[in-house]
Amino acid sequence: MDQRTTTRTDADLKIADKTFTSRLILGTGGAANHAQLAEAITASGTELVTVALRRVDPGASGSILDVIERCGVELLPNTAGCFTAEQAVRTAKLAREAFGTDWIKLEVIGDEDTLLPDPVELLDAAETLVADGFTVLPYTSDDPVLARRLEDAGCAAVMPLAAPIGTGLGVRNPHNLALICEHANVPVICDAGIGTASDAALAMELGCSAVLLATAVTRAADPALMAAAMRDAVNAGRAARLAGRIPKRHLANASSSFDGMADL
Amino acid sequence: MNIEVNGEAREGIATITDAVAAVTTARRGIAVALNGEVVPRSEWDRPLADGDAVEVLTATQGG
Repeated sequence: MDQRTTTRTDADLKIADKTFTSRLILGTGGAANHAQLAEAITASGTELVTVALRRVDPGASGSILDVIERCGVELLPNTAGCFTAEQAVRTAKLAREAFGTDWIKLEVIGDEDTLLPDPVELLDAAETLVADGFTVLPYTSDDPVLARRLEDAGCAAVMPLAAPIGTGLGVRNPHNLALICEHANVPVICDAGIGTASDAALAMELGCSAVLLATAVTRAADPALMAAAMRDAVNAGRAARLAGRIPKRHLANASSSFDGMADL
Repeated sequence: MNIEVNGEAREGIATITDAVAAVTTARRGIAVALNGEVVPRSEWDRPLADGDAVEVLTATQGG
């Protein structure tokens, strides 16, 4: 395979004070077991994985923290399952205490069926956490105005959804995602709704700095193989974005010149 | 004294350290909330009061 991949001309992904070579962030929800998760993490090439905070399970065998350590990746705690700003802020503070990191993937859900973000609570929580010194990465709807408000609030990145969590529907509103990317001064990380490799590639082609996905890999029939596919898709999408795609045309445009055609 | 640890009533729990020990032997990656407020590890030996609710949390797959 040609080794002239994106990394040759591409800068690393920079979020707050950290840099990453990989532009794929892996969520850990949905994996059948820790061994399968470890294989997927390794195959994905990711350097950052998300974890949720829950009551300790006295019957649990092994900790996901061991998996993360063995894989040599960084941990990004999240506030998954929180429905209010207050709950999310408390969860973030508990995560800081548990893992010694100021980084938080901020999730404030507004609806049980769609798991769409609650924009009002989300912005409220983001403001509180930024003021408290957190590096906030908010999971947000694909709303360019809300994305700007979150950036203005001091978030280190914005993470608009492609589609609702776990649906695998892919990028539902490419125009909004492109608008967010066009105007953001912080990394835009497409988070949630990715179903397969082409969805991840499209998000990157639209200008996203990275993709965060979980279910598409963890619930695939072969999670490690899908993780590798996502790694390649993110790289391909990024390269295509940097390369500059041709404009779309209504009619054909011959790539072979008609000059010198034989008179047959 | 009636203390709740992760939603279950427990006997013989006098401090947060006791509460943590009741549900896990792990010390890494653990955080504790007492009645909804974070308690730093340095304060885990402070005595609990009747009716206190302790949440002992750790990392799990998700997000």
